[in-house]
Amino acid sequence: MTLVEILAALFPEGHSVTVTDGLVSGEGPFRGGRLAVIGIDGDTALGVDGACRLARDVLDVVRRGDRTPILVAIDSDSQRMSRRDELLGLNEYLAHLAKTLLLADAKGHPTLGLIYGHSAAGAFIATALATRALVGLPGANPSVMDLPSVARVTKLPLDRLEAMAKDTPVFAPGLDNMVRTGAVQAVLDPDRPLAEQIAAVIDALPADDIRDQAGRARGGRPVAEEIAAQVVRDARLG
Amino acid sequence: MEKLSFRHTTQKALPGAKAQAITGVVASGNLEVLLERALPATECTVEIETPIRGYGDVWAAVVADFVARAQPGGLRITVNDGGARPDTVSLRLLQGARLMEV
Amino acid sequence: MSERIIDPAARGWATSWYEASARARIDGFLDAGSFREIIGPEQRRMSPHLPLFDLPRAFDDGMIIGSGRLDGKPVLVAAQEGRFMGGAFGEVHGAKLVGLLRAALPLNPDAVLILFDTGGVRLQEANAGETAIAEVMRAITQVRAAGVPVIGLIGGRAGAYGGGGLIAGTCSRLVVSESGRISVSGPEVIETNKGAEEFDSRDRALVWRTMGGKHRRLTGGADAFADDTVEAFRQAALDAIARAPAFDLTTLEAEQRRLEERLARFGDCRDATEIWTRLGVNDPEAVPALSTADFDALLANLGETTHDAR
Repeated sequence: MTLVEILAALFPEGHSVTVTDGLVSGEGPFRGGRLAVIGIDGDTALGVDGACRLARDVLDVVRRGDRTPILVAIDSDSQRMSRRDELLGLNEYLAHLAKTLLLADAKGHPTLGLIYGHSAAGAFIATALATRALVGLPGANPSVMDLPSVARVTKLPLDRLEAMAKDTPVFAPGLDNMVRTGAVQAVLDPDRPLAEQIAAVIDALPADDIRDQAGRARGGRPVAEEIAAQVVRDARLG
Repeated sequence: MEKLSFRHTTQKALPGAKAQAITGVVASGNLEVLLERALPATECTVEIETPIRGYGDVWAAVVADFVARAQPGGLRITVNDGGARPDTVSLRLLQGARLMEV
Repeated sequence: MSERIIDPAARGWATSWYEASARARIDGFLDAGSFREIIGPEQRRMSPHLPLFDLPRAFDDGMIIGSGRLDGKPVLVAAQEGRFMGGAFGEVHGAKLVGLLRAALPLNPDAVLILFDTGGVRLQEANAGETAIAEVMRAITQVRAAGVPVIGLIGGRAGAYGGGGLIAGTCSRLVVSESGRISVSGPEVIETNKGAEEFDSRDRALVWRTMGGKHRRLTGGADAFADDTVEAFRQAALDAIARAPAFDLTTLEAEQRRLEERLARFGDCRDATEIWTRLGVNDPEAVPALSTADFDALLANLGETTHDAR
């Protein structure tokens, strides 16, 4: 689905969501209240300027003091790779954006990520992965790095990596692998009404971060949950 | 990865009471050595995982030399190798044994 | 496990944070003998994935965690070993830090200290590493919201790159040394993707003044500048614990203003020296060579680089 189709499905009565320089922002009526939307469209890279604007939008929602849910709709490139972005402290801008979403969540705003296109690396961590739950639409393609680049860095032949990717979800790009890792909670059905599905996910948001539990249950992260749980069990102040 | 395992008998137990120690880091040309006082007094095992295949004879010689010099009786030694040269391996094994004597 | 584990190979260098191993940093940093490791190397909780790539594993997966005391204060501590797989986040590596942060909620230590040394996500376990970074960031905000400062220390050979840079930006306070670099895309990544005209990764002076400790401290990306010694990091961490900002709307609104102002003031600068000039540094070319004392004096004169907006 495209962003236009997603917004039309979510807000049949209309909405104020706009896309400027690939940055998505606005809101629409939703279940008697509102649903705020921020995001990135058109495979746009996320740099300091974009992260700062999206963070401002999130803080504007938080400042209103109600419990408006926030949808983070993502079809992005990775973080913008440039000398200027790093010179200006891109890590702070991306972390700040993630923190605004985490604060919104802590203040009672349900936060929900929706990946409908690409996303990667720092842009993914700062947006969709900073929500309480992340869902995807078929055709979405999150990745940390594409396989040809992985082949370059790991010095492994591409055909061998492609073969390994089939049964090793822990490193291979793609929506299914992020589902198995637990990062993506569920894949929505584009043939069913989207608003109902989004509402159902919001109504059933997990109280805790259960991504590692999902990763264990789905086989994509076999040991993370057990390791983290053991640390909590074994930790003592000395 | 190649796995190697050596078992030696020593003339005596390694002195000291320390239960375990670790030295080194798994990095290119380096290795880490974990030592645990877990065996009968005159036994010593050395288990190695290395990404460099085909050097079993060299490892056997380095380990035998270490056992003869350090007399690490009672130690279970486990090595994660990052492709270290034999002299580096020797140095780390001896450092590890010294740590256990504290 | 109460036994201290020391790397004697690094002990002779232990005064240098940069040269020390992660274990040597912890050992010299905490009160003597106070470190209690959680999931120590003897438990052999190694990566289940690296053997697929025919790569060697480490007993601690490059992440050493535990509890200890810092000037008598009970703290939790995590240290990355930058020499193992570049300190990168894999499944076990990340899960240990996630667990430590989750443990901080019931234990309520005086601080959680993260000794960064990372290139970012471990590509061989990329999805697990990336998800773990997201879990770490969520957990840090929860720990901070509960009133426990999370202090990041950056001065290792791998710096704090990629997702490590994002985690750093989530901490309450950051201490950085000259050689500590904080960035998202590394110099080689930018050059590979955008060409050497955009970023020449072999120009080390450019790397240091764009991503290094002094630039980050001058622009507010780090809160304290420390000499490259374990003792200096220890002292700076103690100072940071004492004045950590809360995690709330006020702090994030202040950070929003701070970051917007930075874009407005410096958004057209091509080089760090231009930014330093606009900050009021009289001789920007001399900054890289300044001693810590002279650099601190410069900071005191500028007066505006210290903030509670993180």
